[in-house]
Amino acid sequence: MEATKNQSSFGKKLIKIITRNPIVFLLLIAAIVVGCMVDNFFSWGNLTNLLSNTAIRFLIALGVSGCLITKGTDLSAGRQVGFAAVIAGIMCQRGDYNGRLWKFLPEMNIGLVFIIVVAFGLVWGLINGFIVTKLHVPPFIATLGTQTIIYGISLVISDAQPIGGFQKIYTTLINGRIGDVKGFHLPYLLFVAAVFGIVFWFIYNKMRFGKYMYAIGGNDVAAEVSGVNTTRTLMRIYTTAGIMYAIAGYLLAAKSGGASASMGQGYELEAIAGCTIGGVSTTGGIGTVPGILIGVLVFELLKIILQFLGVNPYYNYVVQGLVIVLAVSLDIRKYIAKK
Amino acid sequence: MSEYVLEMTGVSKVFPGVKALDNVQLKLRPGKVHALMGENGAGKSTLMKCMFGIYKMDAGQILMDGQPVTINDPMDALSKGIAMVHQELQPIPARTVGENIFLGRYPMKKALGFIPMVDHAKMYSDTAELLKRVRMNFDPKQKVGELSVSQMQSVEIAKAVSANCRVLILDEPTSSLTANEVEALFRIIEDLKAEGVAVVYISHKMDEILRIGDEVTIMRDGKYIGTWEASELTTDKIITLMVGRELTNLYPKRENVPGEVVFEVKDFTSINPRSFRNVSFQLRKGEILGVGGLVGAQRTELMEGLFGIRSHTTGQIFYKGKEINITRPKDAIDQGIAMLTEDRRGSGIMGVLSVADNISISSLNKYLDHGYFINGKKVEQLVQDNVKKMNIKTPSSKTLIKSLSGGNQQKVLVGRWLANNPDVLILDEPTRGIDVGAKYEIYCIIADLAKEGKSIIMISSEMSELIGMSDRIMVMCDGRVTGFIDGSEATQENIMTYATQFE
Repeated sequence: MEATKNQSSFGKKLIKIITRNPIVFLLLIAAIVVGCMVDNFFSWGNLTNLLSNTAIRFLIALGVSGCLITKGTDLSAGRQVGFAAVIAGIMCQRGDYNGRLWKFLPEMNIGLVFIIVVAFGLVWGLINGFIVTKLHVPPFIATLGTQTIIYGISLVISDAQPIGGFQKIYTTLINGRIGDVKGFHLPYLLFVAAVFGIVFWFIYNKMRFGKYMYAIGGNDVAAEVSGVNTTRTLMRIYTTAGIMYAIAGYLLAAKSGGASASMGQGYELEAIAGCTIGGVSTTGGIGTVPGILIGVLVFELLKIILQFLGVNPYYNYVVQGLVIVLAVSLDIRKYIAKK
Repeated sequence: MSEYVLEMTGVSKVFPGVKALDNVQLKLRPGKVHALMGENGAGKSTLMKCMFGIYKMDAGQILMDGQPVTINDPMDALSKGIAMVHQELQPIPARTVGENIFLGRYPMKKALGFIPMVDHAKMYSDTAELLKRVRMNFDPKQKVGELSVSQMQSVEIAKAVSANCRVLILDEPTSSLTANEVEALFRIIEDLKAEGVAVVYISHKMDEILRIGDEVTIMRDGKYIGTWEASELTTDKIITLMVGRELTNLYPKRENVPGEVVFEVKDFTSINPRSFRNVSFQLRKGEILGVGGLVGAQRTELMEGLFGIRSHTTGQIFYKGKEINITRPKDAIDQGIAMLTEDRRGSGIMGVLSVADNISISSLNKYLDHGYFINGKKVEQLVQDNVKKMNIKTPSSKTLIKSLSGGNQQKVLVGRWLANNPDVLILDEPTRGIDVGAKYEIYCIIADLAKEGKSIIMISSEMSELIGMSDRIMVMCDGRVTGFIDGSEATQENIMTYATQFE
């Protein structure tokens, strides 16, 4: 008696979870179907691939999530990643590499380069924050402008050339991994992502800054009236975002073994899509770190499914776009129904 | 043929929990100005919205020329010759005068015999014609955003006239006009009267009513009180008719004793010339200062100015003998001032966040461990204390605030401010949109706070609430303080007299 009752309430809960996250479950089902149809889908190697792809995009999504939760956006995310990759790539070139771009530099310590790259990210974030809070330009337009500026600067700096010849330590460290059982291993990137995930969870749930962020997203006027310094909080959000993109760019250059100004193109849209699929509401005030992780993971899963199905890569964009539209329309439905 | 162009009889309208209109009637003669009067919330606007098809009546009927009609929506009303100029104008500032007037019914022509196009030439010549009719001579191609408020209003009236209206509703048309502009408006009204248009004129300004009104209908608490010839009435008589109701015992006994002055405002003036100006007042420890006035008296604007939500040009604020400078709400909060805003949804609750988040947002500094991490237990304790103290009905502290009733939301917001332990509380319409039971609870909370020695400023548009709760009442009219009344001597009549002291 007791057991059946528990079971039915568990069933109800499951149904509720499924109906609240339809896209996630649709894709999980798709993954299972594809896994049964195609060999090697359920392989350790594929899992590793999925996880390390997710790791960097998760960092970018964490960065942009603060902007989304406060009813803003950051279209400059992808170009900031590209900029960071270019700077990191140039500074991490080997001293004896013939094609060095900045020959006046000595061979740099990659830790120092990391700090420089992060400092640049902070500056871009401050600029975005300034335009949004002090010049009152809507975030969509503000970051549309800065993304173009940043791309231009990246092109100038890199001379629109691909950058290679990295120090070995840079690529091996970042592509490092633990263990190697049947092709499965834990990339260091995964730990980086995990650490940031935990840090962000703490910031969003346990710190004043996080509470202020949700309050601004929930009702910015009420937040200001309640004594929240909305200007300062938004500045911090855009700055934090800039730092996250910089870190992602630094890691991405090493992961790919090369960098170029076009690196990271479109990542802002993937990050926004991931956040939205993971339940970050476009109407503000809603979004959790685990949700963002799931959203990004699912989006990467979608890509891998399409790849394994042998879908023409051009169609991938069509499907990804459809999923984004579907996810947001379903998300909005939740709120329309509640009115 | 009926002597009335339009009659509304037996009109009732119920909103959840409130009977907004109860068997109301209104009869309009052609070529007459019919003034509709009553306190805030008497149901004037609701009645007009029923006539204009914005609300559906629950009971009653509308006759035009003696024949029953149904009016489904504003378009329907316009096609039947009923036009309305709303209190708050809603023009499209970036478009021209002509486009605003003909919005939604642009004159069309066919280019090359088949491509439908807007006939701009006809639209602008028609507009010029209309503007001449309302005695305005500005360019039909001017952007509406460049016009003054009174010019915009003329555009709205021209728009109404262009629909060849037989009934024109003017809802507080002079609330933002200067004396000269009012004269211009009156000339237009005289012209319309001569053309046989029935004008419904809603206003609080007695002298205007007595000057241009032919008939006056008075409403009170959603009920029809009567209709009189304007010539039979005087200002005093209108006020008595508007407020004439018994005060019932709806308020808790107050045991607070006002002490020394803690808060003083001197010569406070808005940056907006039509808003509050030269306001000075004092507030004592443990005092409840009521703030009365009509809609548009700028009471909310004044309080938001004091709290740093709006800007001011001149003026000083003294708090506990020291002058303080407030430029944003945080400055006021840091000094120990709190403000419960009027618009609970717009600037109070954060709907998608929990009760706990909503109650703790302005006092988070108190619940930090090591200066950084929020201590969930302390926040939970705060929620539970408030739930107990103010009888907040919520399933849990994690419940989203938007799922609570208005009264409980309001109590959460009061709790938000009390968590900061302020000495001065500004409450702007603290009981608006709250059911009667919760209202009494809010009154008790206010009385208790005053007894604890907190100073309270309470804006209220409910006369009985002002009289029932205040130690002293400050009355405002049109941005100025027009008088102070001791709580024990306050009557609806003397408040209304100050509240209608227009310059």
